Amino acid sequence: MSGLAFRDVTLHVAGKKLLGPLSLDLAPGAVVTIMGPSGSGKSSLLAYLCGTLDRAFAATGSAMLDGTDLTGVAPEKRRIGILFQDDLLFPHLSVAGNLAFAIPANAPDRKVLVDAALAEAELDGYGARDPTTLSGGQRARVSLMRALLAEPRAILLDEPFSKLDADLRGKMREFVFAHIRMRKIPCLMVTHDEADAAAAGGYILRL
Amino acid sequence: MMKRREFMIAAGALAATPAFAQSSWNETLAAAKGKQVFFNAWGGDERTNAFIAWTAERVRAAFDIDLRHVRLRDTAEAVQRVIAEKAAGRDSGGSVDLIWINGPNFLAMKEQRLHYGPFAERLPNFRYVDVTGKPSNVVDFTVPVDGYAAPWRLAQIVYVYDSARLPKPPRSMAAMLAWAKENPGRLTHPTARNFLGATFLKQALYELTPDRTLLAAAPTDANYDAAVAPLWAWYDALRPNLWRRGTQFPESGPAQRTLLNDGEIDLMISFNPAEAAVSIANNLLPATARATGLEGGTIANTSFVSIPYNAANPAAAMVVADFLLSGEAQARMNDPRHLGNPTVLDIDRLPPEQKKFFGEVPSIPGMPTAAELGRALPEPHPGWMTRLAADWEKRVLR
Amino acid sequence: MLRLAPPATLLIFLAPIVAGLLGTALPAFGWFPALGGHEFGFAVFARLFAQPGLGTSVALTLFTGFLATALSLTLALAFCAAAYGTRGFATAQRFLAPLLATPHAALAIGFAFLVAPSGWIARLISPELSGWTRPPDIATIQDPLGLAFVAGLMLKETPYLLLCLVAAIGQADLARSLATARMLGYGKFTAWAKIAIPRLYPQIRLPVYAVLAFALSNVDVALILVPTNPPSLSVLIVRWISDPHLDLFLPATAAGLLLFALVVVSIGVWRLGEIAIAHLARDWLTNGERGSRGAIRNSTARAMLALLFGLAIAALIALAVWSFTLSWRFPDALPDRWTNANWLREAPSLAAPATTTLFVALCATAIAILLSVLCLENEIRTGKRATKALALLYAPLLIPQVSFLIGAQTLLVRLNLDGGFVALVWAHLLFVLPYVFLALADPWRALDPRYARIAACLGASPLRVFFAVKIPLLLRPLMVAAAIGFAVSAALYLPTLFAGSGRWTSLTTEAVTLASGGDRRVLGVYAFTQAALPLIVYAMALALPAFLYRNRKGMA
Repeated sequence: MSGLAFRDVTLHVAGKKLLGPLSLDLAPGAVVTIMGPSGSGKSSLLAYLCGTLDRAFAATGSAMLDGTDLTGVAPEKRRIGILFQDDLLFPHLSVAGNLAFAIPANAPDRKVLVDAALAEAELDGYGARDPTTLSGGQRARVSLMRALLAEPRAILLDEPFSKLDADLRGKMREFVFAHIRMRKIPCLMVTHDEADAAAAGGYILRL
Repeated sequence: MMKRREFMIAAGALAATPAFAQSSWNETLAAAKGKQVFFNAWGGDERTNAFIAWTAERVRAAFDIDLRHVRLRDTAEAVQRVIAEKAAGRDSGGSVDLIWINGPNFLAMKEQRLHYGPFAERLPNFRYVDVTGKPSNVVDFTVPVDGYAAPWRLAQIVYVYDSARLPKPPRSMAAMLAWAKENPGRLTHPTARNFLGATFLKQALYELTPDRTLLAAAPTDANYDAAVAPLWAWYDALRPNLWRRGTQFPESGPAQRTLLNDGEIDLMISFNPAEAAVSIANNLLPATARATGLEGGTIANTSFVSIPYNAANPAAAMVVADFLLSGEAQARMNDPRHLGNPTVLDIDRLPPEQKKFFGEVPSIPGMPTAAELGRALPEPHPGWMTRLAADWEKRVLR
Repeated sequence: MLRLAPPATLLIFLAPIVAGLLGTALPAFGWFPALGGHEFGFAVFARLFAQPGLGTSVALTLFTGFLATALSLTLALAFCAAAYGTRGFATAQRFLAPLLATPHAALAIGFAFLVAPSGWIARLISPELSGWTRPPDIATIQDPLGLAFVAGLMLKETPYLLLCLVAAIGQADLARSLATARMLGYGKFTAWAKIAIPRLYPQIRLPVYAVLAFALSNVDVALILVPTNPPSLSVLIVRWISDPHLDLFLPATAAGLLLFALVVVSIGVWRLGEIAIAHLARDWLTNGERGSRGAIRNSTARAMLALLFGLAIAALIALAVWSFTLSWRFPDALPDRWTNANWLREAPSLAAPATTTLFVALCATAIAILLSVLCLENEIRTGKRATKALALLYAPLLIPQVSFLIGAQTLLVRLNLDGGFVALVWAHLLFVLPYVFLALADPWRALDPRYARIAACLGASPLRVFFAVKIPLLLRPLMVAAAIGFAVSAALYLPTLFAGSGRWTSLTTEAVTLASGGDRRVLGVYAFTQAALPLIVYAMALALPAFLYRNRKGMA
């Protein structure tokens, strides 16, 4: 079975239940939005799926990606990409360096891939730039392209548009979802912005 | 490589005849090759440090020996290290190969059998040492050296002064006290914890004590107090008139020289007759600096090098000790542009190839004439120095 | 493996200290078989208390230790109160790093060159202003009260406490609280005293205790600046240990314990003082007394700090001037003949101690960085802060060095490790590690953990995350920590003396040895080199990330 699925996921912190039990199936190309107030454990769910959940949390249940059980799989082996509200571009690398960081080591023609990603982000010729010299929208686009260059089999969005200016937000939503749909991978977004959910257009789960 | 013990037995047995001695020395030279020698020597005098650095260059070139100068604040540090190693059971491969030593430190090591040897007579250059004209080369502070140390440097007490400020320096203890009373704050001496500082007291003792013959043997509880009473009477009168009213003392001989050069004091004690001359040449004292002995003569002694019983490289240490006795090293030491100490050798007996190093000694200002220097007196037994230093500590530390 | 890092670090660390203290305590209580001591008792202490001058020495130690700590702390706090938020504060901050990188001994030697009766200051004002044609017979260094020693300590300890305060200010959100107080009508100085100090002091408490312990037990600055008859206790101990007849070795071990006890009691007394002041100030904090603008206090505090920094800089210049002097008679203001011969002549003998200083510092710093990073990574990965256990890292800063080094040396000799490079690096590590860990902990913990997570989600292995993301992101704090570690190591006197067994000499041991001699020109060469080496390393450590990231504003 392809796509992202999880069964009966429950998160506990300090002995108290934070979230769950929660089950979901995301087919390739599907976008699901989880909405809920802050502190409801939305972000922790994404961390659980990435394999980067803090040790303070206890998780039960299971998650599968393209038919493989993710239990015990190291984050770097899961091939699940994530975007946060901050672009988190590595400040010590150039724009191209950030993109190249994500490309698998054995990929041929790395430079071609980087240039193509820059073109897709409408940032031709920006490769050598310091990420801090880019605008917020430009950085967000680089951040998405970086996540996609790692060839993820699923992508998670953690309030991805909340820090962008209001006028940028609409454009960025379009850009993100268009690219994700093009890649035909499942996408799980957590947000508390109804407009995000509307733009995603998929199933909405309210906590 | 031959084990040290075997080597010692072999060397001792073979030293009997000159031909064997030569072959034994060749073995020593071979054993010394490529070895390190940690030369533990007081590091407070820059001219001596420079001389040791020169020695290191020469023994590296001539004998492939890596001589390292371990600069001590006090020779006692090295003695203590050997004692600590003995306490820890390290009877070979010790961290000290060669020590610049004499007086109480030499006696302490001799009493505790911490010396390697006897080795001095096995050194080829030892045959040129003047053992009759300069008796301190074989009797250190009344203690027979017995070959457990090799001489390298002669010393005699002088008092150095700036003739521009002090035209007529005092030449007796009584005169010194009178002058100090008239010129308070213009005299000091190194702390008595320092060799030279204790020597300042000893020199005064020599002149003031009622019966000098007692000084040739260790002091006893019965004779000590009476022997030193006049010294302390003199010193108690002198001390309030010393620099800093006798509460602070320079840590070393060279530290006094700074005070003299700055004009803080007008008179200082030194163990090197060439002190004024060498210091003028090195811009450490003004050109008007001069040195003088005392009317009744001053104490003279010999600096030795000895090898601890557990030295890692005794053969290499012996080669260095022998080099220090060579005409080349002794002539450089004798040169007032370097150290200016009298040689321990009898120059007349030197073969021509060694004698040639003692060429023209340049006449430079500041050297005392033989008359100014005066008679050389023998060192008292080290026991006197030890007790004087302890007494001084009790008087000064409150 | 990683989880073994904290216990391993503590073992490397505490084992020698505990063993060293034991090695000091056993002979002090009479058990020293090598010298025939097999019975426990207080005989050694009885001999200690019979030593001449011991009481004066203890009094001098306590007086100078407390005075130096109190004055350094007062000045650092007063300067913050007077200058926080002004240009002067920013200027002072720029001087902190180079001052802290300069070894104590070099500053003390330079300070002595300045303020001695024949020092540069006296030469500048003589004979015109002072009328002196000869240096006055006044003890301006090695004075009976130890005031020169106090000043010498303040040269380093005030900047150190100031640095700790700056770090603490960065963590507390002070600016708004102070602004609020000012709006309520409080004078600047009073606002600082009532709002900032109560919040900052707990954060700098440990550094203050470290300063107190250091001031009570320092040897290298004391050797240069304290009076000698008798000196402070630590110097007395070092003097006794080098007695050839071992007569004073046992009393020295007892004195080592006495010094340890003095430090412990002093820290306790200081703590009581803190409590008393907090109690007395409770009403004062809220009594509504707003204080004046405190203009006089402000300018006094700023002038005092400027004077202190000025003295430190002038001290370094004095070292440089002497190193190029051929002859300089009193009371000339400057040398009458200059030369580079001192440098040329000393260069060969300078090479060995400089190399030793460099290598020991590099090795100790590298190991300290490695251990600190492993501990911090372990902390981040397990989410457990071993704060309490790691607080023990500060033990070497609070225990007098001489107290455990006496015993540790006997131990090293027994293990046949004395005089070895390993022992030397180990001894340095004890003091380098706490400072490196301190410098690294905050930036390491403050790094946004999402960088590592996002890198992992991009397919980077933990090793790649560490080397390609964390190390580059933390390069600047890593280099700063390395520079601090280097400076700490380069300045160490006693550990080098003891663990090096005289076979290893550093620029510091050489400079302190030469300080008892008579040639200021040679001493200038050594002390200036001693000061310059850590400064150069510091500059390089700051230059490397600045160069690598010259086009990365996000890394500034």
